[in-house]
Amino acid sequence: MATGLKTRENQEVGINSEEGESTKARKVFIPKADIFESKEEIVVLAEMPGVSESSVDITLERNVLTISGSVQIPQFDGYSLSYAEYALGDYRRVFSLSNEIDREKIQATVKNGVLKLVLPKNTNSIPKKITVKAAE
Amino acid sequence: MLLQRLSDNGLWSSLRDMERLQQQLHRMISSDVPNATSEFPPVNVWTSEDGVIVTAELAGTESKDIDVSVVNETLSIRGARETEQLNEGETWHRRERGDGQFVRTIQLPFAVQTDNVQAIFKNGILQITLPRAESEKPRKITVSAN
Repeated sequence: MATGLKTRENQEVGINSEEGESTKARKVFIPKADIFESKEEIVVLAEMPGVSESSVDITLERNVLTISGSVQIPQFDGYSLSYAEYALGDYRRVFSLSNEIDREKIQATVKNGVLKLVLPKNTNSIPKKITVKAAE
Repeated sequence: MLLQRLSDNGLWSSLRDMERLQQQLHRMISSDVPNATSEFPPVNVWTSEDGVIVTAELAGTESKDIDVSVVNETLSIRGARETEQLNEGETWHRRERGDGQFVRTIQLPFAVQTDNVQAIFKNGILQITLPRAESEKPRKITVSAN
């Protein structure tokens, strides 16, 4: 299914949002994300061009999942930026999850600027199917 | 549903959505990216006397799926990006990223040495270095007093 390619909206994290403002005077963007759920896990794919495995930071506190990534701003000696369609900055996004994630088994990988987070559900909390029988 | 969707979350999240929308509008009106575009991929162009460096944000694309070519003073970047395909029993919570094919052509400010163009793809950023053709490099002219 093609959904069409979209550019990053250069949408910044709001100063007034409850997450607070970064101490660094740098733009912070909200990464675009795809999220899907299967029976066993929830998978988050967040687009953060310029971010590598070592510059991404993930925290799960209670049920609040925060992903952030920092970008090294490129400097080309002797060159000056003459045309810009995208701005540079860091990334940050907060999701609220239910409590049913098995924290010990969370996996995170970064590939080609996309963070993939696999959040396995706690096996105890996978709802059991209850068959409803017709009353006799 | 395991993940609480913002929109399913009552008044508080509606306010948050509003805030987000407001920011989006604000950015559309007063963008500090002079040439912000909806074309994919967005590019930045750096220039010097010696050449041009073009960077493009192509997160989620494989380097083998990117094709860079230069004809005269026109640079073309084309390719395709695929996103995750869901198996049975999996459902989307959000789809913001999109997939499909893309083509961007960029008019370069001067002729380049087409044989010496370098393209590197790292962390979802494509960086193309195009050295300026020797014949086009500016020549310094000394002004002599008569």
